[in-house]
Amino acid sequence: MAAAIPLSLLVLLLLGPGGWCLAEHPRDSLREELVITPLPSGDVAATFQFRTRWDSELQREGGLSVLLKADRLFHTSYHSQAVHIRPVCRNARCTSISWELRQTLSVVFDAFITGQGKKDWSLFRMFSRTLTEPCPLASESRVYVDITNYNQDNETLEVHPSPTTTYQDVILGTRKTYAIYDLLDSAMINNSRNLNIQLKWKRPPENEAPPVPFLHAQRYVSGYGLQKGELSTLLYNTHPYRAFPVLLLDTVPWYLRLYVHTLTITSKGKENKPSYIHYQPAQDRLQPHLLEMLIQLPANSVTKVSIQFERALLKWTEYTPDPNHGFYVSPSVLSALVPSMVAAKPVDWEESPLFNSLFPVSDGSNYFVRLYTEPLLVNLPTPDFSMPYNVICLTCTVVAVCYGSFYNLLTRTFHIEEPRTGGLAKRLANLIRRARGVPLL
Amino acid sequence: MTSDSCGPSSRLYLAAPDQLGLLSSGCGATCLPPGRCTAGPTLLGAAPSGLPNPLTSCRLHQHRPPSSRPLLWARAPSALDMRAGASVSGTGSAGERGSPGLTGAACGHRGGDWRRERVRRWERVRSRAALPRHGPPVGPGSPARARPPRAAPQRAAVVRTGLGEAGTRGPWTRAAGGPMRGPHRGPGPLQLLAPLRLLAPFRSCPLEALRISGPGLALGSGVPMQDSGFSVLSYVAGIAWFLALVFPPLTQRTYMSENAMGSTMVEEQFAGGDRARAFARDFAAHRKKSGALPVAWLERTMRSVGLEVYTQSFSRKLPFPDETHERYMVSGTNVYGILRAPRAASTESLVLTVPCGSDSTNSQAVGLLLALAAHFRGQIYWAKDIIFLVTEHDLLGTEAWLEAYHDVNVTGMQSSPLQGRAGAIQAAVALELSSDVVTSLDVAVEGLNGQLPNLDLLNLFQTFCQKGGLLCTLQGKLQPQDWTSLDGPLQGLQTLLLMVLRQASGRPHGSHGLFLRYRVEALTLRGINSFRQYKYDLVAVGKALEGMFRKLNHLLERLHQSFFLYLLPGLSRFVSIGLYMPAVGFLLLVLGLKALELWMQLHEAGMGLEEPGGAPGPSVPLPPSQGVGLASLVAPLLISQAMGLALYVLPVLGQHVATQHFPVAEAEAVVLTLLAIYAAGLALPHNTHRVVSTQAPDRGWMALKLVALIYLALQLGCIALTNFSLGFLLATSMVPAAALAKPHGPRTLYAALLVLTSPAAMLLGSLFLWRELQEAPLSLAEGWQLFLAALAQGVLEHHTYGALLFPLLSLGLYPCWLLFWNVLFWK
Repeated sequence: MAAAIPLSLLVLLLLGPGGWCLAEHPRDSLREELVITPLPSGDVAATFQFRTRWDSELQREGGLSVLLKADRLFHTSYHSQAVHIRPVCRNARCTSISWELRQTLSVVFDAFITGQGKKDWSLFRMFSRTLTEPCPLASESRVYVDITNYNQDNETLEVHPSPTTTYQDVILGTRKTYAIYDLLDSAMINNSRNLNIQLKWKRPPENEAPPVPFLHAQRYVSGYGLQKGELSTLLYNTHPYRAFPVLLLDTVPWYLRLYVHTLTITSKGKENKPSYIHYQPAQDRLQPHLLEMLIQLPANSVTKVSIQFERALLKWTEYTPDPNHGFYVSPSVLSALVPSMVAAKPVDWEESPLFNSLFPVSDGSNYFVRLYTEPLLVNLPTPDFSMPYNVICLTCTVVAVCYGSFYNLLTRTFHIEEPRTGGLAKRLANLIRRARGVPLL
Repeated sequence: MTSDSCGPSSRLYLAAPDQLGLLSSGCGATCLPPGRCTAGPTLLGAAPSGLPNPLTSCRLHQHRPPSSRPLLWARAPSALDMRAGASVSGTGSAGERGSPGLTGAACGHRGGDWRRERVRRWERVRSRAALPRHGPPVGPGSPARARPPRAAPQRAAVVRTGLGEAGTRGPWTRAAGGPMRGPHRGPGPLQLLAPLRLLAPFRSCPLEALRISGPGLALGSGVPMQDSGFSVLSYVAGIAWFLALVFPPLTQRTYMSENAMGSTMVEEQFAGGDRARAFARDFAAHRKKSGALPVAWLERTMRSVGLEVYTQSFSRKLPFPDETHERYMVSGTNVYGILRAPRAASTESLVLTVPCGSDSTNSQAVGLLLALAAHFRGQIYWAKDIIFLVTEHDLLGTEAWLEAYHDVNVTGMQSSPLQGRAGAIQAAVALELSSDVVTSLDVAVEGLNGQLPNLDLLNLFQTFCQKGGLLCTLQGKLQPQDWTSLDGPLQGLQTLLLMVLRQASGRPHGSHGLFLRYRVEALTLRGINSFRQYKYDLVAVGKALEGMFRKLNHLLERLHQSFFLYLLPGLSRFVSIGLYMPAVGFLLLVLGLKALELWMQLHEAGMGLEEPGGAPGPSVPLPPSQGVGLASLVAPLLISQAMGLALYVLPVLGQHVATQHFPVAEAEAVVLTLLAIYAAGLALPHNTHRVVSTQAPDRGWMALKLVALIYLALQLGCIALTNFSLGFLLATSMVPAAALAKPHGPRTLYAALLVLTSPAAMLLGSLFLWRELQEAPLSLAEGWQLFLAALAQGVLEHHTYGALLFPLLSLGLYPCWLLFWNVLFWK
């Protein structure tokens, strides 16, 4: 939240009066697109991209912003928003620059809920809106629908209305086909005064779901009890024939004391020796463990990386207000150059669709992926902070005090001091008493 | 006997009368002429209250002029005195050594020469021996002395073989202030030291310390009557306390502690009753067709209601065939579907599980689970993932799944690794339903090894029972309404006893019990369909479950606010640990008292033994604890432990040998071997009593019993801390026999008592009590069958789930019990 305010200020500044979007080529300055992609899980991902401009006024004017309706967008499985600002040269010699503002919103729709149990979808089901007109300001306003046919022999899905054009590209190492709906194409909307793109699976989509990505990972804590445990990370390489290295970066909080000698990496039942390990031990209350490894993942395999830890006892002021919730352990970070199935062509960024920039391509044969595993929740040994804990503290204090005084009494040696002979008066008195035969003082 | 009969008070204050000023005045009156004995009762009256009068005998003291006695010479007369006493006492009196002062005897010899020279003249003499020798007592002390002779050996009087003033004064100053040789007459500082003296013996001689504090606490050997009285009282108090637990001041109303689940403001919308029944029908049909869990159908159905579905296959070869469930080589498949919470990172989850056995029960539970999954899937409020788990082979499947989920292998289960996980499981509910309609829901909380879920989970269930108007029972018993009259608590007592028996068994009563090991709060709900008119359909049950899951979904932390250790006399009443522990504490106190008493007697015997050696010279005698002859204890201890080990290992290990040689099946072989070894343990000669000196025949068994008592008390204490019910049951049955066992007296009676309270007999008795409380009494033959089955189940559950009752009984309590058996037949 703290970041949101300066960010919106920045956006306002950029779009303020006399902003560059009203300058020379206003229609050229706004590109908007929506990419709809079915996911391996059966859900549907929708990614909006607006380059240069995205504010509330646009909603009245139509275009893709019509679809942005909060109550639908927040009833989804996932959403993420991003803002990118960068300088762009206006001419070849770069004498003057423009600022490019790119806003993205990615949403994963729970196909099951929106589709009432079926995995077919339509724009109306997802957004409870249809597209009625293009944005008058936009120079480009398109909807891309991923209609890649994973089953070679026949068509498995159909989109309605049928697209006028298709677009093919290599995304994350595989060839994808997109149906393009251009809102600026007047024929597209004029037919029925609205555009409701629909996708239907011809057969139940269990077998036709897109293949899982080549690299994915899973992480969990194993063991039980509050003393020890084990962090396990499963790395899946589903590539049929290529092995590739993965850089695994783990930051583990200091209160999980890692036993580095227990680090084991096994692939296909054999030990997998990492080609590089960097380990920086934790310092209590100062820095976490840092463990970085370069691991070669054999083709079509599951690699298990596990390391044991012991749960530390925190000082009692170090516990969070909800200590019994557990403590979060941040995700491992996987960075890999995953081999492609299909060689990618070099891309012209300005010409290709905007979503291409979401998938960076490093070279023709590999593509770069950075994955974050799920965060973990680890319970530490937690004192009962309520009454018994206070009672224990109090009793210990009392016992300590009592014990101290008793111990003191028991171990002290007492010496009997001879009574002092007394002063002159006493001596005199004694003299007299002796003379009288009376016991002395 | 000599006496400055200031015994009691002197003993208490450990100070010579003349130096203690005021403190001694009470007995000073009686002691003024050293050796002149005055009335015992007077003395008693003068003694500070709380003293249970250890001293009853007063004797004339051989008067010696104190001045005529040099300090270094002091030992001789005292020894002389004592030898005289000892020669009559036969078994030997306490202090024959140089200066056998009360503390001096043990302390002095360890402490060094100067201590040995102390001329404190406190002696413990067997009064039985002392009485005839010294003739009729002077003064009215005699009535008190006339005790029944049976108790006499335990009685010890503290007698001061007085040396008069010099003897008392000198050493006291020395004891306090270091090696001063001369009698010191300065009274002043010593008064300050009075408390110190009281404590001084602790430094070097714990035994003496015990004895000193003994009279004050009425624990000393001088008060045998009171001692056994206290034991009986303590035992009765323990039982009474337990029975009193069901009455309102001790049992309290349950209340929800967890803030996040505080109110029941949840609107349940589940309406999938028809759907649940349809699912159940389909499931039952598919299951009948395939004869096992219809994995493919379940996968398909779960996927169709929108879950992320995974399967897990497992196999387990049981240690021997399980005749109750008719299984040996078990292999099966668990199916589970995960409902992923939207916009959450899968760090926490809840589990709804249905265990499916080999028979066709629980189909309705599967149906309801699927219908609930379908309903839950459409909701958007989930903050935690929900795992819907259907396990095959009921608890075996659950165990396999849990082990795989936590990636551990506790019981040797072979299973495929899990593909999908959903973070840390916060809570779990197991569901067992076998009919379309239910009359009531029964809730089971007792888990593996007597673990219990957090009380808040039970409160949650109870809240939704009330909200939905469901009839809910605990242990199959309705909840008493009226706790003020006697009926309510009596009904509560039944429920409480049932719970205690269940918890003590250490079995997982429902598949929730296995979750508790992984610190997942869990309980089992069982739908009961009885002859009652009013019935609830699946919607009502589903709504209760929906409400519970929505509340659990609100949890911010693991359930931790409420009690983990409690007893339940009713669904809305509980007894917390602070209130029920005294019950078992009282029972264990009996063992403590007995042990202390034995320790005292042993100490006397130990002193007596060294006497015949005669030369009480400067050689340092063994401390009493070693003098007992630990060597003689090694054999019985080892033998009984070996029996326990055999009992633990052999039945399962030797089943194949047994089946080859006898016409029995493996399971029978295991049970029969178990019984055979158990019985054989009774017949074995355990002791090697030749080692023990004939002069103190009692010492051997006393030492053994002492060790056994301490062993038993420690074991029971530890058990009661973790599983109160088991600890309490064992303590109730074993303590009296353990306390009574001795080789004298009515042996057959003791033997019968001991056999009746042996762990196996207790198991049998518990079975009868259990069925009696359930109002389904057993006949003897049924009981025996059930007993054999329970033995087999106990062994099996140890191997398959890691239940600890079998090893606990075979390795811990059975050997301990054998020790008492050994004590009883000590020759």
